[in-house]
Amino acid sequence: MKLTNRAKQIDNSPMTVAERLYIPAIATGLGITIKHFFKKKATINYPEEQRPFSSIFRGLHVLKRDEQGRERCTACGLCAVACPAEAISMTAAERKPGEEKLYREEKYAAVYEINMLRCIFCGLCEEACPKAAIFLQPDKIAPAFVDREQVIFGKDRLVEKMDDRATTGIQKYTGVKS
Amino acid sequence: MDPLIVNALIILSIFGITLLIATYSTWAERKVAGYIQDRLGPNRAGWGGLMQPLADAGKMFFKEDFIPAHANKWLFIFGPSLAMLTACMASAVIPFGDSFIVGENIVLVQAIEVNIGILYVFGVVSLGVYGLMIGGWASNNKFSLLGAVRAASQNISYELAMGLSIIAIILMSGSLSLRTIVEGQHGGNWNILYQPLGFIIFLTCAFAECNRTPFDLPECETELIGGYHTEYSSMKLGFYLFAEYINMFASSAVTACLFFGGFNYPGMDAVQNQLISSLGEATGHNIATAIGIAVMFAKILFGIFFFMWVRWTLPRFRYDQLMNLGWKGLIPAAILNVILTGAGILLEMRWLSWVAVLIVIAIAVIQASASQKKELRAQRA
Repeated sequence: MKLTNRAKQIDNSPMTVAERLYIPAIATGLGITIKHFFKKKATINYPEEQRPFSSIFRGLHVLKRDEQGRERCTACGLCAVACPAEAISMTAAERKPGEEKLYREEKYAAVYEINMLRCIFCGLCEEACPKAAIFLQPDKIAPAFVDREQVIFGKDRLVEKMDDRATTGIQKYTGVKS
Repeated sequence: MDPLIVNALIILSIFGITLLIATYSTWAERKVAGYIQDRLGPNRAGWGGLMQPLADAGKMFFKEDFIPAHANKWLFIFGPSLAMLTACMASAVIPFGDSFIVGENIVLVQAIEVNIGILYVFGVVSLGVYGLMIGGWASNNKFSLLGAVRAASQNISYELAMGLSIIAIILMSGSLSLRTIVEGQHGGNWNILYQPLGFIIFLTCAFAECNRTPFDLPECETELIGGYHTEYSSMKLGFYLFAEYINMFASSAVTACLFFGGFNYPGMDAVQNQLISSLGEATGHNIATAIGIAVMFAKILFGIFFFMWVRWTLPRFRYDQLMNLGWKGLIPAAILNVILTGAGILLEMRWLSWVAVLIVIAIAVIQASASQKKELRAQRA
């Protein structure tokens, strides 16, 4: 099977004098390495220079609010079912009168937790969600943690703040801007 | 001034320069390695990573200094010291420049001017084997011992060819003094023009003597864990590694002296005359000498760069290949070179050493054109 065009045919015939001297081969090799000496470097100096994320990058989760600031999630559990790593768990609760400003529908997630040790960032939760509530942000890396206490991300860390809304592609699903 | 003090000052400054260049060779090695591999190399510590050697040294001093329980303690300490000592000694007889006129005195830019200079270098270089051998033996570790034995036999094998290749140079200059050899190359008569074969042999042997790639078998980590310095840690390991860089500096300096005319450069007489006529006898001469020293160091630095360049180009030899090359390739070639040079001196044809090169090139060309490479069959469909 031919994978690339770079494969070289091996030649097992006896070497000529020029080849056995190795000096032409060594000179060629030195020429190749010195060419690389002057080539443009591939290095990116990380903290100062940053490579742009790939367009299909899936980063830290966010639970979206709608345009009036109500949480979109209705705790239907489809994301938890879709999750192959079983990282998502939630507890549903019923909306009380007077909480219409907080939750979009009658049911909402009182507890919504993602175990970041289990999450594989596959994006199936995002696809499963019928309410366009959960997204994997294309521009935020999930933060590092050093302690198992910090592993489970609750609503305090997942639900977006109204003054700092995630710019993720909700309009792709809803046609509504963020 | 007392000539003893002057000598001491010159020795100290050459010693200091040697250490400084060796220190920054460790930085340059990583920089060159990076650039050849399309990376940047160290660039965090200081400007362009220039503080890196200091950071490395600091790290090495603070590492645990471990001596294995069954090692011979004194020899274990003595090994790296000896490696360092012999490495530092070699640069004592190298003429880094012509001379300075200070008042009435003429001060040579050389620590010791002895008429057996090159012999001294060889004596010191062959002492370097002891550092490796003692270190490997005292560790009481079979891998270290194997590495040390490999180092010793490699150094001895290549020292023979190296000595033989030098004989041709000595024949041509008629002196063992490095200064006389350098001055004999005045006016563009660089030895490399007359001794191409000798140069290639000498260069190969210099690589082997310095234990540099492709001859770095003594410290082959895939076979010997770390070779003769497997058991070493902290600054003792640092000494071994540092001695390698000093050796590189010394052998680059010797190569520059023997084959590239040392502090000579084309057109140096015109420069010197110009300087003397415009600035006066003493000042003009001194500035001309300073230019000569700069030229010498440029040659040395290029030599060190070449060591690094080769390191990132060639793979390591197998041990039997190494021995084959040394005994069956370089030594006969060196003897042939000596014979040709001797005949050349007898017949007053200084270029005679090129005959060997031309014959080899002719054979290579003829054989390459005669032997049709067999048609290649595909190994895999």
